[in-house]
Amino acid sequence: MSLSLEAMLQLSIILPLMATFGIAITGSKPNLREGVTIATSLVLLYFVLKLYQGIQGGESISVQWWELLPGLQVSFTIEPLGMLFALIASFLWLVTTIYSIGYMRSHHEKNQTRFYVCFAIAISSVMGIAFAGNLFTLFIFYEVLTLSTYPLVTHAGTEEAKKGGRIYLGILLTTSIVFFLLAIVSTWFVAGTLDFKQGGIFGANVDLTVAGVILALFIFGIGKAAIMPFHRWLPAAMVAPTPVSALLHAVAVVKAGVFTVVKVIVYIFGLDQLQNIASSDWILYLSGFTILAGSIIALRSDNLKRRLAYSTVSQLSYVIMASLVLVPLSVTGAALHILAHAFGKITLFFAAGSIYIASHKTDVSQLNGIGRRMPWTMLAFAIGSLSIIGLPPTIGFISKWYIVLGAMEAQQLFVIAVIIASTLLNAAYFLPIIYAAFFKTEDQPVEHGEAPVLMVVALTTTATLTILLFFYSENALELAQQLLQGASYAE
Amino acid sequence: MLVHLPILQVIVPLMAAPLCLLIGRARLAWLFTLVVSALAFLISVLLLQQVMASGTIIYELGGWDAPWGIEYRIDELNALLLLIISAISTVVLMAAHTSIQQEISADRQTFFYVLYLLSLSGMLGIVATADAFNVFVFLEISSLSAYALIALGKDRRALWASYQYLIMGTIGATFILIGIGLMYQMTGTLNMEDLARRLPEVENTRTVFTAFTFVIVGICLKLALFPLHLWLPNAYAYAPSIVTAFFAATATKVAIYLLIRFTFSVFGLSFSFTAIPLQILFLTLGLAGIFVASTSAIYQQNVKHLFAYSSIAQIGYMIVGFSISSTTGLMATLLHVFNHALMKGALFLALAAVMYRIGSVQLNQFYGLGRQMPFTMAAIVIGGLSLIGVPLTVGFISKWYLILAAIEKGWWPVAVLILLGSMLAVVYVWRVVEAAYFKPPLAANETIKEAPLTFLIPIWILVIANIYFGIDTRLSIDVAQAASLGLFQGSHGVSP
Repeated sequence: MSLSLEAMLQLSIILPLMATFGIAITGSKPNLREGVTIATSLVLLYFVLKLYQGIQGGESISVQWWELLPGLQVSFTIEPLGMLFALIASFLWLVTTIYSIGYMRSHHEKNQTRFYVCFAIAISSVMGIAFAGNLFTLFIFYEVLTLSTYPLVTHAGTEEAKKGGRIYLGILLTTSIVFFLLAIVSTWFVAGTLDFKQGGIFGANVDLTVAGVILALFIFGIGKAAIMPFHRWLPAAMVAPTPVSALLHAVAVVKAGVFTVVKVIVYIFGLDQLQNIASSDWILYLSGFTILAGSIIALRSDNLKRRLAYSTVSQLSYVIMASLVLVPLSVTGAALHILAHAFGKITLFFAAGSIYIASHKTDVSQLNGIGRRMPWTMLAFAIGSLSIIGLPPTIGFISKWYIVLGAMEAQQLFVIAVIIASTLLNAAYFLPIIYAAFFKTEDQPVEHGEAPVLMVVALTTTATLTILLFFYSENALELAQQLLQGASYAE
Repeated sequence: MLVHLPILQVIVPLMAAPLCLLIGRARLAWLFTLVVSALAFLISVLLLQQVMASGTIIYELGGWDAPWGIEYRIDELNALLLLIISAISTVVLMAAHTSIQQEISADRQTFFYVLYLLSLSGMLGIVATADAFNVFVFLEISSLSAYALIALGKDRRALWASYQYLIMGTIGATFILIGIGLMYQMTGTLNMEDLARRLPEVENTRTVFTAFTFVIVGICLKLALFPLHLWLPNAYAYAPSIVTAFFAATATKVAIYLLIRFTFSVFGLSFSFTAIPLQILFLTLGLAGIFVASTSAIYQQNVKHLFAYSSIAQIGYMIVGFSISSTTGLMATLLHVFNHALMKGALFLALAAVMYRIGSVQLNQFYGLGRQMPFTMAAIVIGGLSLIGVPLTVGFISKWYLILAAIEKGWWPVAVLILLGSMLAVVYVWRVVEAAYFKPPLAANETIKEAPLTFLIPIWILVIANIYFGIDTRLSIDVAQAASLGLFQGSHGVSP
């Protein structure tokens, strides 16, 4: 089988969609159905790796589909950041699929077919976002992602799920239709194009006030990046089954948000242009505030998933803040942080799900002594925590390192102060859990062991990779640095 | 044969109406009506092709030259409207037989088709003719048959709703007639082209000013422009479901057409927008309509009422696009005319299917239907998403142009308000979605099954059209653009 790289690019979006039919047809035979999902995710990963090899070999890969509105193509181009995002998402989809088989079956969830169908659509739209060749294409897939994850959030069908779904859809749709769409149409009107271009598309003559307003519209419009005050959908989404929280609300959906923010900052405005735009400072402060406020709420949350959710809110703003420092080093750090947080946070959510399946515990205060019953899970949890705190030997250290270096270069004391304070807060909300799990004694001993083996395999894999990526970070670093070098893909 | 298409478009359904009466049997009458409507659709497709290829078609009735004889003119705008009306009519008719068997007593079913054809030919006639008085004649044909069609509704309140509509509609039609009469008095002509030529000579007279005001107010009544919309919700809610689907997708569109035709082509843009402060007036009323009607929609318990209020809000969007008075703005209005027909056609047909199965469209009857009528409910979800304006549906296309038009004009607050308005659509659409998917079915409805194919096929034709024309926008945008440019160029006294 020899497919052209262009064909692989298109297939990485179309294949998961086609898989939905396979999943739907095989719905009555769970083994076959999960077989379809796993086979699809393997093939997808293969395609994405091939594409990666391709752009490492210096090829530029892009595809035009059709003109939806005059002058506005649906088109795809691979650039380093999108490649990184696609690699993360496609690999973690495979791991999450393995994990969710364990989770969904031991939890006897209903409507599993619908679950896998929506999951596949969501991944397809994530690929569309990652490879989108212009802002217009990105927006289309961004909205599809919102809608396809709604049934996943409300999977349980309970009153609580309905409420969570309302907040989820309400905030994500409102921000994207009211602010994001307005920002896109304004950009189209002012710049005459929506292509991603190294150095930005606004040109030198743009009215800075207008550009400043558009920037704010973008940042608030990309609700998936969860900057305050539009963050509440994220904790609300935690009513979803844990595999959904793990892949979508710790990785795919939220990363689609910050990924879009970085793309807008680098390719729509350009770092140089943004130096002159006053509102970028205000957004930098707001993201700093989000980091700290998110961490403090996380610290005060006893429910484990809620704590992880607010930790995510805070970590996402790291990416926004880092890219708004507007020096290459910090943007590299922002790109790396997308990777680092993805692996760290998915490990943590996997662990939270295993704890729930094995022991039905959901609160931090119930976890005393659980490390002895679930050593693998809690070890992985510890590794994930270290990465989020930013300690070696985990990938989280590397991304933070670059962000801090960038902040020093730009002499952004505010950023450095926020990072120091938030690192302390991260430690304060994670370390006690690890301590309690391993060193405290159980309150009421209940017999239970580890979670099902598929789940343990998945979370051990991501935890191991969190460490391995620390030692083998060259490839990721290379991609992150290419982001600003205007490599061959740019034109 | 081809040269006679403009008149055939109108005369075929008009002649078919009495024939229907002769056929007598309801099922045959239905098939006959369906064929006639399909024929009208075919004619409209041919007309559109012809117009897009070789420009405006002029047809002189009986070979009498205008302005003495009556003239039919088909330009891009007419052709677009003819296509919408005949296409929706045909698709809706597919479900008609099944639906009215349950909603209309057997002895009246043949009359239903007679009235339906009259109403169809009336609407087609309004659009096709280039004679102002002829407009009034066809307006009365379509309106009178509409009153009767609405009164056929099973619910006794249909009579009251029809009566309300009769009063309001008659006032509207009379106003239009007075306006036309005054114009005739001043110019001695009824041909639109001729009127456009002669009116500027006398445009500073009080009579012309009065004529204009009468015509505009009359049209706005027909249009159900807020605050003249009060007749619409009940008329839509209590009419037979098929009638609602047909009218919701077409009737107000015809009124929009009249508005555009009279302001742009007959009175001319500069006169229309200076004689009365039309721009600020329509902008305000349009926006107010969007918010008031959308908010009312949120509080409705009857889902037909809910989507009827939503229609009033959508008319608001069209009027806002009109008030921007730029080529992009007018394009947005025309695109929304086309797109809204597809959305509301799909939604009201889906409601007809629910009505068929359950006999009621109260919100609580929708509980659990997501599982019991999956295809019908999926259609409502997709139609609803289109109404909200999600990408890859037609709703997104018209919203894009409306926002672009507002921004081009520098009307930033208007752009924001338009978008905020569409958030209200999320709320009312989601009330239905949540009822269908998150509630257990009512005890009485536990055995309800999916609607028959006679409903599902037309519903999904429209649903797929909602998606198709949201992805492949060449047809709708080309026609809307050509029509909009044509209107601006043809309008005397302005440069676009």
